[in-house]
Amino acid sequence: MIEVEARLAIADLFANYGAFLDADRLEDWLECFAEGCRYEIVSRENLRRGLPLALMLCENKDMLRDRVVSLREANEYSVHTDKHVIGGLRIKEPVEGGFAVEADYAMFQADAEGTGSLYSFGTYDAECELAGGAAKFRRMTVVVDNWNIPHMLSTPI
Amino acid sequence: MPQDIEWPRNDYSRVPYRLYHDPELYAREQERIFEGPTWSYLCLEAEIPEPGDYVTTWVGDTPVVANRDREGTVHAFVNRCAHRGAAVCRAARGNVRVHTCIYHRWSYDHAGNLRGVPFHRGIRGEGGMDEDFDMDRHSLRKLRAAIFEGVVFGSFSDETEPLEDYLGPMMRGHIGRLMGRPVRVLGHQRQRIEGNWKLYLENLRDTYHASLLHEFLVTFGLDRATQKGGVEMDARHRHNLTYAHAGSDRDEDARAAYGRQQVRAGALTLRDPRLLEFRREYEDDRNLAISTVFPNAAFQQLNNSLATRQVQTKGIDAFDLVWTYFGYADDDEDMTAHRLRQANLFGPGGLVSMEDAEAIEIAQRASRREAGTTVVEVGGKGEISDRAYRVNDVPVRGFWSYYAELMDIEPPGAVR
Ligand code: FES
Ligand SMILES: [Fe+2]
Repeated sequence: MIEVEARLAIADLFANYGAFLDADRLEDWLECFAEGCRYEIVSRENLRRGLPLALMLCENKDMLRDRVVSLREANEYSVHTDKHVIGGLRIKEPVEGGFAVEADYAMFQADAEGTGSLYSFGTYDAECELAGGAAKFRRMTVVVDNWNIPHMLSTPI
Repeated sequence: MPQDIEWPRNDYSRVPYRLYHDPELYAREQERIFEGPTWSYLCLEAEIPEPGDYVTTWVGDTPVVANRDREGTVHAFVNRCAHRGAAVCRAARGNVRVHTCIYHRWSYDHAGNLRGVPFHRGIRGEGGMDEDFDMDRHSLRKLRAAIFEGVVFGSFSDETEPLEDYLGPMMRGHIGRLMGRPVRVLGHQRQRIEGNWKLYLENLRDTYHASLLHEFLVTFGLDRATQKGGVEMDARHRHNLTYAHAGSDRDEDARAAYGRQQVRAGALTLRDPRLLEFRREYEDDRNLAISTVFPNAAFQQLNNSLATRQVQTKGIDAFDLVWTYFGYADDDEDMTAHRLRQANLFGPGGLVSMEDAEAIEIAQRASRREAGTTVVEVGGKGEISDRAYRVNDVPVRGFWSYYAELMDIEPPGAVR
């Protein structure tokens, strides 16, 4: 049995993760990740077929920082506001120093004129580590069910 | 009527906005281009290696299946039952011995020939088809299928020249360079772009935009217009190649050239520079080579990121872009990891490609009611020919010249 404090810490981590992305606080969002992390967005289709290609792949935290710097400084993309709805947290099994966890998400997107749509839905398949009462992602694999990406993929999911 | 399209100039340096918005033209494109005398990209042979393997795809608006029969021959047919029009293959891909439509269980072989009709003779002599029903006349509609260096193309027209001639020496050279070794498919990506398909075909032929729109290229020093490079086309200017040579310019020159355009050459560095590492793997030192095959495909190399792109029309104002990433069958684990890392550069979330979707969508949105024309004359007007420099959009005019020919809407004295 996982202790209540640990479960709450993991739930907080997911809540912050979505809220930071939605508020475009990408630099704060980076702090949801442990130093040796791996972040990946993959399509359900490639995963099912055992194909390794991702939609976005950061093999360590530096690559994740590079992605954020590029979004800030170099990329052009649609004017949009995101809203993550995250639920169904499942704590799966203990791994060293933490837990394997899953949660489901739906992410809506509004454009510059306030028109909204369902942009993405899928599953967060992750590993968290717990230290000093706080949780961080050691690995985050975002599995996108509607993998025909509307428009483009700029802000991480 | 499409024939009343007015080109202000015979060299396609002005393109009427109507071409991106007129539904009548769209219907005509389906007929004259996608079902016309062209070869459309269908898939890679590596996606259907075994007998019975199939993939579903689209040629324009038409659903198509490419598959391999028991003898290893690749066939393509329209994915529409000859009985009452249902899609025969419903999964994106798979392996079957026969294709059976779920609706009334008509079944077809890998070549698309009708092989089985349930209750053909009725039950206990009652019902069934009339005596004169001829199975041979109810096959699935077939496409001609042809393969070049492991790339499967299909054509609806008997008039289309042989694939190798259609590609011409320039495209054969480029596809051969990329695909001339056994490949391994690493995966697919797909994105829905809310714009007319031709905006993307233009984008692929527009070297002018590359280092201006895709600021990542220049900001992180990956690719810049000061590098040695250029554009090449086939004899009919319908296909094109844009290329650049690695390390062929000096940082000072790039900074000076881009300083005036408010693009900051080499202003930032990556914390993990492996994303930009170029491992030379061909005889030449090109680190960028992107080619397009009229009407629906592109073949891409940037550093060691290799992919094909396929355009699937979804109405006048949307298309799907399907990316198929690959490496070579003899890549070691490290090289595969390197390619997967560099896949970050392209696709819907690509660090140097996400902008294209945005540029196309804002152009589609803003030009809907515009009666005027675009301007295409970087690298000069008039003759359509190769350029040994990078800041130009001449191949965009090449695209329109072939498009207008197929659509039968050429201006008087058209440049070809
Ligand atoms: S529609 Fe296919 S068998 Fe009737
Ligand atoms: Fe581009």
